[in-house]
Amino acid sequence: MTSSTPEALPSFFQRLPVAFGAFFSVLGNPAFAARVIALRQPATVADPAAVAKTAPVAPAPMKEATPDAALQLLGLLQRDARLIDFTQEDLNQYSDADIGGVARVLHEGCCKVLREHFTITPVRTEAEGSRLTLPAGFDARAVRLTGNVVGQAPFTGSLCHRGWRVTETRLPKLAQNHDVCVLAQAEVEL
Amino acid sequence: MSTPRFAIGIDLGTTHCALAYVDISASDGENTSYGVLDIPQLTAPGSVDTLALLPSFLYLPHTDELAAGDLTLPWSDTQDFAVGEFARSRGAQTPIRLVSSAKSWLCHPGVDRRAAILPFDAPPEVARISPLEASTRYLSHLRQAWDQAHPEDPFDQQDVTVTIPASFDPAARELTAEAARAAGYTHLTLLEEPQAALYNWIQGSAGRWRKDVKPGDIILVVDVGGGTSDFSLIAVLEREGQLELHRVAVGDHILLGGDNMDLTLAHVVARQLAVDGKTLDPWQMRTLTYACRVAKENLLSDATLKTQAIVVPSRGAKLIGGAIRTELSQAQVRTTILEGFFPQVDAAARTTSRTRGGLSQLGLPYAQDAGVTRHLAALLGRQAGATAELAGFAGKSDAEASFLHPTAVLFNGGVFKSDVLIERTLSTLNGWLTAEKAEPARMLAGADMDLAVARGAAYYGYVRRGQGVRIRGGTARAYYVGVESSMPAIPGIEPPMQALCLAPFGMEEGTEANLQTREFGLWVGEPVVLRFFGSSVRRQDTLGTLLDFWQPDELQALGDIQATLPTEGRQVGELVQVTLRATATDTGTLELTAVATQGGERWKVEFDVRGSH
Repeated sequence: MTSSTPEALPSFFQRLPVAFGAFFSVLGNPAFAARVIALRQPATVADPAAVAKTAPVAPAPMKEATPDAALQLLGLLQRDARLIDFTQEDLNQYSDADIGGVARVLHEGCCKVLREHFTITPVRTEAEGSRLTLPAGFDARAVRLTGNVVGQAPFTGSLCHRGWRVTETRLPKLAQNHDVCVLAQAEVEL
Repeated sequence: MSTPRFAIGIDLGTTHCALAYVDISASDGENTSYGVLDIPQLTAPGSVDTLALLPSFLYLPHTDELAAGDLTLPWSDTQDFAVGEFARSRGAQTPIRLVSSAKSWLCHPGVDRRAAILPFDAPPEVARISPLEASTRYLSHLRQAWDQAHPEDPFDQQDVTVTIPASFDPAARELTAEAARAAGYTHLTLLEEPQAALYNWIQGSAGRWRKDVKPGDIILVVDVGGGTSDFSLIAVLEREGQLELHRVAVGDHILLGGDNMDLTLAHVVARQLAVDGKTLDPWQMRTLTYACRVAKENLLSDATLKTQAIVVPSRGAKLIGGAIRTELSQAQVRTTILEGFFPQVDAAARTTSRTRGGLSQLGLPYAQDAGVTRHLAALLGRQAGATAELAGFAGKSDAEASFLHPTAVLFNGGVFKSDVLIERTLSTLNGWLTAEKAEPARMLAGADMDLAVARGAAYYGYVRRGQGVRIRGGTARAYYVGVESSMPAIPGIEPPMQALCLAPFGMEEGTEANLQTREFGLWVGEPVVLRFFGSSVRRQDTLGTLLDFWQPDELQALGDIQATLPTEGRQVGELVQVTLRATATDTGTLELTAVATQGGERWKVEFDVRGSH
């Protein structure tokens, strides 16, 4: 990380094995030898325009998803659908009928959370199974091509899944000191 | 007042409030630009969500119960109570700190509605509030929600209509107006809820209503909400080529609604569980009530469903292990809801005070008879002659009819989201009509059961400015004061009470009735209490009519009224002769004034005097 600073330059004893390694590499590896020759040319002032063209563009930093909204959604799913309770249980000890009963609570609660906090619409309005054609420049973020993906757009294929898209998100606003890490408060009845 | 941009309508419901608006400047004639305000409210500690409805619940938390900032609203971080969804859900678990049904308390003549009595069963350390204060806080929340969403059109510069049950007596109307004023409402009008529902229907039809009704129609509005049932009858007549709507009668105040139905079903299921040896704690009972409501809606909307599973999850983190599973069958729902609340009675049926179905809360005068159809039969029977004097109806009303024959029905309220209940009510009514060889009534379709009242109220605020049809009719009751008859005293017998009409039926807003024929002597500094009566059937009584006797169901005691003459400029004990003046105000309240015969000084006569003597 700090290799360009003077104090990080290698010492004599560090340089010794490098020198021997380089000696044998120059003898045995023509490509390496060519790079050493280039290295020994007097340094030329690089043309800034050329540098800009050739220097690799650093990728845009990845987006950090903030945990707040995710934790808030988990809290809502626990409150209305008991999702955390459900996933923390060991299903092996219960019959399918017992699990099925509770699945109703879960299903109804999840529906409520999704309905109240998101507007979810299909990406494609066509019926599943129908043929459709994607023009050039279609939104590859919203449509996934599968199977015999060859040739040029327009692409014609059949719709296997309509896709889902959130068109509106309505999460509750939080007070400044609200602790979203508490997904469900412990309850103490007095 | 500068010209308001919006006409705001507020449904101040027993279980939910809603706010709708019409943009006056963007509306023309019967084409209106309108919307519903999504109301920010606490849905969990420290979490504010916007919902179309504001549950009419208020929670008074313990000082250690919540963390700092948990009650923060977009417009306040100092409020020490919660209103809305969080109040409802938290209060379900701690009912001793929950104020609910404040509206029913506001019209309960048996209590002092300005006194801090709610929550009714709170322990002494909870700082209670009055029914008036609770209503004020709901209204204030709505005002602040509006101001936050519309900073450029402040609430107090808009035209505001607040709805009340048609059955509200003058005291409850006055208290609602008082709550609104305390909440900072400056331009206020009160409107009866069934009328608001009809206005909403008119608005929704965008002019087509003129084809859907015709002169001679009598529209019955049946409004069964979460906590109350409210009926009104509105006649359609023609004057100078224009259709006119006249509200001819309103029903009694009936504390009976959808919540009673869900609770009754929950008790049916709980009994069935008890047979299996499973008992439910109060928390599970509430969850069961909610599960029953969902199952009821599914079963009533799909007659082919035989049963619906009911699951009450355990309260602890062990979700599956502690869950209680049972079923609600189609037959149970039909027996309980249809036969219990909408029985197919005949037109001569009257309400009884025997049965009590699904009534839980102490203190409020819940309806003794759970049969909505019986309440309806009683109203129509009582109002058989309601249209006899109305222009255009004289020849039509059948002298043989044992009840008033509606020709069209508009349903409103959450209960009628179920088509089965609409069909049952309509078929019962049509059974009565067929039995008297009358045409069956038709249904006026197309209402949004949750928001119709708020929307209709906003539309009313708009039509009041001169655009579109208005429902007329004036006051739905005649009012009387009790006077002791001047017969010679007979030892051991109370002198019989006479009733003196001081406000005749159908007083239009903005009119006055001066009762000059009788003077009352008031002692200065000493409150004078008079008995006060109302009648929803005595249309013929005029100002000053003195009744010696009446049928028990003709006049209803409405609590006492009271006048106190201040001592300023007089001596205590001085006797002042006054007459009484009744005014139907533009706001929609009735005002009683005592006017001194000498000098013309005036004093307000107060309704709702219980608790002050």
